Formats: sequence, C-alpha cells, structure tokens
Amino acid sequence: MPFDYLLFLGAFLFCAGLFVVVTRKNAIMVLIGIELMLNAANINLIAFSSYDPVALQGQIFSIFIITVAAAEAAVGLSIIVKVYQHFKTADLDKINELKG
Amino acid sequence: METSNIIFYIFGAITVLSTLYIVLTKNILYAAFALILTFIGVAGIFIFLGAEFIAVTQILVYVGGILILLVFGIMLTNRLSEKKVVSPSYNKLFGFVIAGGLFVLLIKGILQANFSALGWINQETSSPSGIREFGMTLMTDYVLAFEIIGLLLLLALIGAVRIAGNTRKEAEDAI
Repeated sequence: MPFDYLLFLGAFLFCAGLFVVVTRKNAIMVLIGIELMLNAANINLIAFSSYDPVALQGQIFSIFIITVAAAEAAVGLSIIVKVYQHFKTADLDKINELKG
Repeated sequence: METSNIIFYIFGAITVLSTLYIVLTKNILYAAFALILTFIGVAGIFIFLGAEFIAVTQILVYVGGILILLVFGIMLTNRLSEKKVVSPSYNKLFGFVIAGGLFVLLIKGILQANFSALGWINQETSSPSGIREFGMTLMTDYVLAFEIIGLLLLLALIGAVRIAGNTRKEAEDAI
C-alpha cells in the first residue's frame, strides 16, 4: 500500500472541505465543509500512527479531534437554529447587521 | 495486487467520489447524505490502517450523531414547502484557485518529502489489534486529557441546549 496515497487522500479531503467552506453561503454547508477538513486531519494522524503500534499518540489525538468535532457541531447547529429564528434566514451573507 | 490494496482502493474511491458529489451538488440534503458515505469510506480506511476503535467511534459519533444533527438543522432552517433545499456555489473561481492552489502545494510537499525513502516507513507494521494497548495508553498516560475532553463535551452539550432552547421569557411570550 503506497503511503503517499493516504496523504494525497487527506490533502484532497482538506481542499474539498476548504472549497465548500469558501464557496457556499448556507451555514449548514459551511459546517459540512468543516467536518470534511477535520476528517482529513484524522486520516493523516492515523496514517502516521499506524507505523508506531506501541505509543499510539496519533490515534489518541484523533479521538480528541472527533470529540471536539462533535461538540463543535452541537454548539454550531444550535447557534444556526437560533440565528434562523431571529433573522429568518440561514444565508451567511444576509446576516450583516454588524456591517457598518 | 494484494487483497488489502484492493480494499484500500475501494474505500478510497468511495471517499473521493462522495466528496466530489458534496462539492458539486446544490442540494444541502443530498450533500448531508453523501457525507455519510464519506465518513463510512474514511472509517474503512481507518480499519485498514489498524485503528479499529477509531473506525467504530467514527461511525458512532459522525454517522450516528453529527449527521442526525445536521439533518435536523436542515429541517429547522429551511421552510420545506415543495421547494428543494438548495445552496448554490458562489465565487467559484476564487474558491477553486484557493483550494486548488493549496492542493497543488500539499501534493508538491508530500512528493518532495518522499516518505517512502524513510526507514521507519518500510519496516513491518502489522499490529494484529491495538485496542488493548490503545485502552491502556488512554487510561494511563493520557487520562488527564481524557477527563478534560469529557468535561468539554458536557459543557458543550449544556451550552448547546441553553442556546437553542427558549429562554423563560420567550416561553412565557409564546403562551
């Protein structure tokens, strides 16, 4: 199994997530892009961790990343729901009350 | 070609194709469903790399938790009246330049680092099942970080309920 392909896969997932975050205006699509980027980081950590079956730092770090991603999704979605109740839209470009 | 290589390519293809679908589709709900496929493909790659516990956690947390939250979020933030829940892309050119430029940069870096030439990459890596070692490490060396991450999760869930729920005044106004 070529090791480089794993890193290519991680890079592709990260860039696809970045593209989704940059080009979409809906807040939920932005969250989906962030989840993709977190998964790309996990792939890289576990790919390198598989060469060290004793210490396993990479796997433990990826558990923490998954936990933080879950917390981030819960808080983010609750904020989006509240923003939708207030502004009647989830479009990030129309939520511009703070713009001077 | 070995069997493990074929399995790796199958899961990699699932991941890449469903990610491309997320990038290309306009429908938010279809993107969320394609995200399930992406997570399952990534979990397969984790099993392939000898991280079974992470793979199961990935499916439990992402597919069982975050995806459900996302679908509920889509339901609550769109008026589902015959219309499809679409979110077209904007600034495609700039987005493509930024993401593509970063991708080319990362690929060049990976190719130049030339990991295959490193000694520890080529040594035998077959670890039958690292779950026992993983549990021992998590509960001894990293137990403080483990407890703190549990506390963070508790705080985040309480905060999420507090933010999304109605305050007492809003609840009284609604009556």
